[in-house]
Amino acid sequence: MSVQLKPEVGGQDHTRGNKKAQLEIVEYGDFQCPACGDAEPLLEEMMDQFNAVLSLTFRNFPLKDAHEFAYGAALAAEAAGKQGKYWEMHDLLFSNQDRLDELHLISLAEKIGLDTAVFEQDLRSRDTVEKIEADFESGARSGVNGTPTFFVNGTRFDGGAADLYQIIKENATID
Amino acid sequence: MLGQNEKAPEFSLHAQDFNPVSLSDFKGRKNVVLLFYPADWSPVCGDEIAVFSAMKSIFDKEDAVLLGISVDSRFCHKAYTDAHQVRFPLLADFHPKAAVAQSYGVYNEQTGYCKRALFLIDKEGIINWAYLSPDEINPGADGVLDALGKLNGSNS
Repeated sequence: MSVQLKPEVGGQDHTRGNKKAQLEIVEYGDFQCPACGDAEPLLEEMMDQFNAVLSLTFRNFPLKDAHEFAYGAALAAEAAGKQGKYWEMHDLLFSNQDRLDELHLISLAEKIGLDTAVFEQDLRSRDTVEKIEADFESGARSGVNGTPTFFVNGTRFDGGAADLYQIIKENATID
Repeated sequence: MLGQNEKAPEFSLHAQDFNPVSLSDFKGRKNVVLLFYPADWSPVCGDEIAVFSAMKSIFDKEDAVLLGISVDSRFCHKAYTDAHQVRFPLLADFHPKAAVAQSYGVYNEQTGYCKRALFLIDKEGIINWAYLSPDEINPGADGVLDALGKLNGSNS
């Protein structure tokens, strides 16, 4: 039985690429997870190459027992999103995986030009926490079994970013 | 492997803190999710334990306790949980080896490890749902959470 994404991609999500994509990829990830960090350059390359037919949605699945700074980093991405810079922060977090304590998060916020006072407030706001909890619970109920876990058009893909890239190369048709 | 509507065999095993944990401890009080897994320290199991540990609050909400079971000794579980934060008991099905896994029909005679299986046991000690996953695939929690939702729904 295939494992289905619940709920489907919607307005609450952070999605980049073609919103009416032929292939809708959802990643459940953790900003401190080394495997997610390794997947990132592949995903970027995939998005560059198949921009016309792909969308990529990121949902939070911080494994806080395994990764001390994962939850704080997820809060930082959501807080940056409130100032319209979700993906800038997302990318910076993955390129600074070994420095995700709060002081560094604030310096990353400065780097992308966020209002840091507002950012710090949003790091602690209830709806930022609720977004992460909702992402996490949706992952649990969708059968996320490690990070990263990918879904392609709503079905769990049992493979890593490299396998995903391979499948897309074989199947994507670019006009 | 035992399945739905069968009586869950009783057990008493030591956890990583060396305290014994019995299935009957939860009778009439909590649903129990048994997570049989091959071994501490192995890559897929490590992910499975970390993922289920992170989901503990969801299982709390669903009125269920999680219990991990492998053939590792309690000292191995202790070393593992000293190195990795795990929010639920890991039980040692060590002596006589895999007796509990065998009673649930999830012991792999060839490898000497438990198979990767999930059981949901209701408050009356009856198996409500069971699932066997391939050794190399962490099953995730979607199936057991679904079953728990239905079980809780039917009781309320």
